This record gives sequence, C-alpha cells and structure tokens, in this order.
Amino acid sequence: MKYIDEFQDPELARRLLDDIHATVTRPWALMEVCGGQTHSIIRHGIDQLLPDQVELIHGPGCPVCVTPLEVIDKALEIASRPQVIFCSFGDMLRVPGTGRDLFQVRGEGGDVRVVYSPLDALRIAQQNPDREVVFFGIGFETTAPPNAMTVHQARKLGIANFSMLVSHVRVPPAIEAIMSSPNCRVQGFLAAGHVCSVMGVGEYPELAERFRVPIVVTGFEPLDILEGVRRAVRQLERGEHTVDNAYARAVRPEGNPAARAMLEDVFEVTDRAWRGIGVIPDSGWRLSSKYRDHDAEYRFSVDGIRTEEPAECRSGEVLQGLLKPHECEAFGTLCTPRTPLGATMVSSEGACAAYYLYRRLDMPATKTREATPVV
Amino acid sequence: MCLAVPGRVLDIEERDGTRMATVDFGGVVKEVCLEYLPDLQVGEYAIVHVGFALQRLDEESARQTLELFAELGLLQEEFGDPWETAAAEAAGSEPVEEVRNQ
Ligand code: SF4
Repeated sequence: MKYIDEFQDPELARRLLDDIHATVTRPWALMEVCGGQTHSIIRHGIDQLLPDQVELIHGPGCPVCVTPLEVIDKALEIASRPQVIFCSFGDMLRVPGTGRDLFQVRGEGGDVRVVYSPLDALRIAQQNPDREVVFFGIGFETTAPPNAMTVHQARKLGIANFSMLVSHVRVPPAIEAIMSSPNCRVQGFLAAGHVCSVMGVGEYPELAERFRVPIVVTGFEPLDILEGVRRAVRQLERGEHTVDNAYARAVRPEGNPAARAMLEDVFEVTDRAWRGIGVIPDSGWRLSSKYRDHDAEYRFSVDGIRTEEPAECRSGEVLQGLLKPHECEAFGTLCTPRTPLGATMVSSEGACAAYYLYRRLDMPATKTREATPVV
Repeated sequence: MCLAVPGRVLDIEERDGTRMATVDFGGVVKEVCLEYLPDLQVGEYAIVHVGFALQRLDEESARQTLELFAELGLLQEEFGDPWETAAAEAAGSEPVEEVRNQ
C-alpha cells in the first residue's frame, strides 16, 4: 500500500484499511462533506488506498467555494468605498467576483485588511471611530458562532461603526438537497466533525432515517477518515443507517450549547444561494432584525449588482459530487490557482485546488456520469 | 479558514466583560475568546477556530493533531501572511508542493 508510511500511525492505518478491505463486498459511494477532509483524502492518497468498490465523492463543504458570487460582488463594492475598512479572512482575497477580487480592490486603493478572528475586526472598529468597519462573515456552523458573538459584542459595547456582511451556510439542508436529487449516488456520509463540535448530532437522525443513509461524524486527520469510512462501510454492508460518532474526542452529542444559544439569538435561518449550485431552502443564516444596525446589507445600499459566472466553470457540479475536478475541461488549462475561474480552484479547501495541488493531472479526463444540478 | 486548531491555554483574563485567553498553538501564541467554553482552565487544551475556543480536547489528541498540522504545513496556512500568499499566486508562482510519483 503506497504512501501508508506517511500516516501518523502507519500500523493503525494498515489495520483500518485491512478491516475495510475485508468488509466490503459490493460497491459503495460515500460523500465526505468537509473540504478539509477532501484535502486530507487527496493529499494522503486515501482514495487510492481504499478498495476499488469504495468511492469517495467530494461534497460542498468549503465555505469559500459556496459563497455566492452576488455576495462576493457586494463585498467588492463595499470594500471599494473610501470611508470603509473592509476586514476578511485571508482565504477570501483571491476568490473571483465578477471581474475582480479583494486583492485587486486593495491594489486599487481600497482599505482591505486580513484578520485572524472577527474580534480583530471589532477592535479595528474601536480604534477607528471615524471609519466604517465591515467584516465579511462567511462560513459554516463552525465559523458562525464566533461571528455571532462578535456582533453581540458590538451591540453590547455600542460600537456603532461596525457591521457584518453575512453569508453563513448550514450543512443539514445541503445534505437534504443532495439526497433529494434524482441523480444522487451518495449512499453514506462522512459528516464534518467540527461542524458537529458546535451543533452536536441532533439534526442528523431524521436525515439518516428519511434517506436511509448512514451518517458518520468524522474528523479530518487521515486516521479519522479511515475510521469514518470503516464505520460507514460496516453499516452499509449490514443494511443499517444510523448516526455514528467517530470523532468523540471533539464532538459531544449536544455540541456546544452556549454557541448554539448565541446562534439562535443573533441569526435567523434563511434561504441561501450556494455558488454554482443555486438556492437551497433554509440553508443559511442572516442577522436577525434585532441586529439590523450591524447588518452591512442594510447599512450600505448594494442592490442591483449584476453578476456573471464564467461559462466554462463547472464548480456547481463539482460541489455536488456529480463531476470530479479533473473531468472539467478547463481544469489545469484555462483554470489554475493562478488564473482561477471558480472559487473551488482558489480556496485552500476547494476540491479543484486539491486535485491541482496534489498533481492529480495524470487522471484520465473522462466524464463518467451525466451531470444535472441538485436544485 | 475552516480549520480548527488545538491549542493550550497559557493564561486567562477578563476584558470588556469577556473571558479571554492567550493560547499556544505549537509555538504561535494568539488571543482566544473563551465565552463558548467558560470553564476552560489554564493548562487545558481546546479546539480553536477563528479566535474562539469551541470544544475541549484531551492533551494527547491535541498534541498529535498539532504535530500533524505542523508537518503538513497547515499551521503556516492558518497563521502565515495571507497577503504574501495572495501576491505570490497573483504573480504567477504556483503553489509549491512535492510531486508524487505514481
Ligand atoms: S477546474 Fe476551474 S473551471 Fe473547472 S470546475 Fe474547477 S474551478 Fe471551475
């Protein structure tokens, strides 16, 4: 088994793999939801170590990738205004909007700053009372609680020049949309461990039951992924479909109650467009009306933006597991990390970037399935 | 960005009515908000995401994960200078990564 020596505990990895090989009797398709897991899988060649019958399909779990173009364009528009200090996590800098990105906005004179934490942006607002400080609040259930707390703090401390451009997304509705698609091939899920650290596992039993699909909460280290696959395959072979926590060291069944309470106070569930995929009902959060003063969408009028996606980019199909990145015609030619057409090539968690970075260029560029959007 | 990194609490203080800690991530020290894990103590480990402690972790798992992240360059990705990375990408240097021979 090639590369297995790279594993932190090669002996344990071998045992897990042996067990998977011994268990599998039929083909199974599993989706790993989290982009961090995708990178771990490609980087360690886990997909190649698994039996041929076990296929890993990459899911939509990269927050940078799924942030809708319209929101990126709003960010670019707000960041260009002279009175604004625009704060963002670093991995949004090169995500293409219509025609440009935040990196270029800064080159054109916009005051764009990278922060490690949303609280850093709040501090910048305190230090610059005569400027408008806007934080770009994107991400899944792991990032939403920090952002919620920051808005709460802004209100509590009366920091009036701080607002947030919010585009948060939620995993369970995405799983539901994927499973509801007539073309769905997914038979089991490796759920995103850190999302569950916050949210717990309470949202999953209903999904597992309704779609008769095993959902295994999985971390993103190589051994975690092997263990997640092992447990999912076991269930499938036995005809079971339950929720199983393979990441118990970081996931309690109830998640983090304090974080969940704050989410409920600051945000409200809303329909959200996912870049390349389309609108998924109830799949996102926006600031609740109570916090409207800190909502950048209300503070800055950024309506009427016209967005344009590059026609060649098929990231929507990649994000739904209908197409592997190297099956996209632009992959590695028109589209590279240097000249990205889609966010999935930019983000450090994007599936296209993972394939490019780890030189999966040698894969045959054959399209294996008919691809139709989920929603 | 979605990466959550384990860190060890070095000390804790109250600031603006908020419980804050300095946390060591295998050598990089950052300020972290403890509002979501209010009973976390000095010396304990937690998973930290964008400056917030989200869940407790035992020392052994934390150490292993940190070592692995350091080895994979993920700590650099999380705490390095994103402007440099963005500028390098825009200037045309491809991400450097070892090519694996099949
Ligand atoms: S390779 Fe590039 S163009 Fe093709 S789907 Fe990925 S991001 Fe889009």
